[in-house]
Amino acid sequence: MATEAESAAEPTESEGEPLIHGSPSELGRAGQLVVHPDRDSYLAVVRALRDDGYRMCVDLCGVDYLLKPDRPLPAGVRPERFEVVVNLLALDGRRRARLRLQVPVDDLTAPSLFELHPGTEAMEREAYDMFGILFAGHPDLSRILMPDDWEGHPLRKDYGIGRIPVQFKGNPRPR
Amino acid sequence: MSRTEVGLDEGRQEMQPRAGTSGIEALREMGAVLRIPHLSEEVESVPTDDDTMIINMGPQHPSTHGVLRVMMELQGEKVLRAKPVIGYLHTGMEKTGEDLTYLQGPTNVTRMDYVSPMFNELVFAMAVEALLELEMPPRATWIRMLMCELNRISSQALWLATNGMDLGAISMMIYGIRERELVLAFFEKCSGLRMNHNYIRPGGVAADLPDGWRDDVMHILDVMPGRLDEYDTLLTGQPIFQERTQDVGVITADECIALGITGPTLRSTGVEWDLRRHMPYLYYDQVDFDVIVGRYGDTFDRYAIRLNEIRESIRIVHQILDLMPAGDYRAQDKKVTPPPRGRIDESMEALIHHFKIFTEGFKVPEGEVYVAVESPRGELGCYLVSDGSAKPYRLHIRGPSFVNLQALPHMMRNGLIADAVAIISTLDPVMGEVDR
Repeated sequence: MATEAESAAEPTESEGEPLIHGSPSELGRAGQLVVHPDRDSYLAVVRALRDDGYRMCVDLCGVDYLLKPDRPLPAGVRPERFEVVVNLLALDGRRRARLRLQVPVDDLTAPSLFELHPGTEAMEREAYDMFGILFAGHPDLSRILMPDDWEGHPLRKDYGIGRIPVQFKGNPRPR
Repeated sequence: MSRTEVGLDEGRQEMQPRAGTSGIEALREMGAVLRIPHLSEEVESVPTDDDTMIINMGPQHPSTHGVLRVMMELQGEKVLRAKPVIGYLHTGMEKTGEDLTYLQGPTNVTRMDYVSPMFNELVFAMAVEALLELEMPPRATWIRMLMCELNRISSQALWLATNGMDLGAISMMIYGIRERELVLAFFEKCSGLRMNHNYIRPGGVAADLPDGWRDDVMHILDVMPGRLDEYDTLLTGQPIFQERTQDVGVITADECIALGITGPTLRSTGVEWDLRRHMPYLYYDQVDFDVIVGRYGDTFDRYAIRLNEIRESIRIVHQILDLMPAGDYRAQDKKVTPPPRGRIDESMEALIHHFKIFTEGFKVPEGEVYVAVESPRGELGCYLVSDGSAKPYRLHIRGPSFVNLQALPHMMRNGLIADAVAIISTLDPVMGEVDR
């Protein structure tokens, strides 16, 4: 059974990009496996990879590619402004896999991984807090690092540094 | 699509009374999502809000290791739900990192996990070097390993100190900090700073080891084993300590893997997983050490693992002392490494070169990479995106404390408030890393 599962995780060589569970993949820098699912196949790919042995989701974060719209991506993957990057780990096979999910700015939603990997709960809240990406199916999507009443999402590229209004205008001047 | 269309309502960070919490969120806060998967969304024998009380522990509570705030729903002494509320130390370090060059970067990341700063610098430097495809000279790599293992000793010693104090062994606080001081004194001699060293940088380390470093390290290695045996006398065999820690905060291997928990907490459940052994980086495949694994997944196991990891680190450092080669302490790559100080006085080109590297920085090829190392708290990862300029396009640090904190509701459920203190302590969260 183990060999069967391993062979399913192997990239199947097709005409163009190797496909993993129907999604284009590539070997990124330092030989790291990167899979590019779309939003419809995202959950299915994560579930299939989990069955292949990638049982732990170690990291999930967002990236804002506002200043870098023409980055290299495999054929068939349309670059969008936001990306959700998921790092998976297979403890038995000692392998890692990374998923890069494109999220367009006019429809900022992504499926939540909470059902598959409950450990993504805090990470998805952080991605929501920092980038405003909404995770459908998340049990408690609230800000996690910024205060509840904060406006804006700080890690976006159009969120300038030093834009916080001065809070203590009435302070006496230093003597 | 708006937020309401996808059925999302921005919640609040704070724990709400049961009347205001429904369905899966309440189950999650009770830890039921993992523990009782067959339960429906309605939990039987729900106490009403009149029976229970929600109290805050923190952010200024002394046993929360910084500014962690845990909201707990209590029925008498029993914790029914718990929710960690974080963000009190959030200073936007990932945003700051996008505005610093790769050479300035370590000064920023070293402040995240301030108890084990060497690991932060290491993971950042390794990510940058992976993008640069830069080979490290052997001596630089061995120096990095030496520093990291010494840092692991000091970090676990500080954990023993704070954990002892949380459980009432006040004298342990003094002893643990005394041991940490030995290591910090050595770090100060090497890097000039006791914390936030900025010692491990992309391209090598900041400076060669100082004269007489072998004697300093040997002093630490000679003193520590005796001190560890004293801890065994003080804590390990002591009935009160055992009562307070055994069968407290139990977590299973499946729960750990589902929650993404790594480090001593994962190893305490019997899963043999240490990145140093299983996905080796630096030269960890050339040294001999054991991965300490627990059995019951309780607080006592995690204590024993951390204590024995100090012993393993001492073993590793002994081997490093034997294996340390002579040679360069940084890569001789002209694009990354500034010229030696002596050449600046005699060569105009060297001066210009030095100036360019420290003002503009060096350019890193476009790409993205994820690198992970085993910090004393678990898997410390760095996801780095470069757009080909001299500053990171996106710098994300996967802090083990941030992820491990999610185990709090599961471990605290149906425990006592007194155990809550032990459970916060056993996860060893460093709030600088949680909030970043």
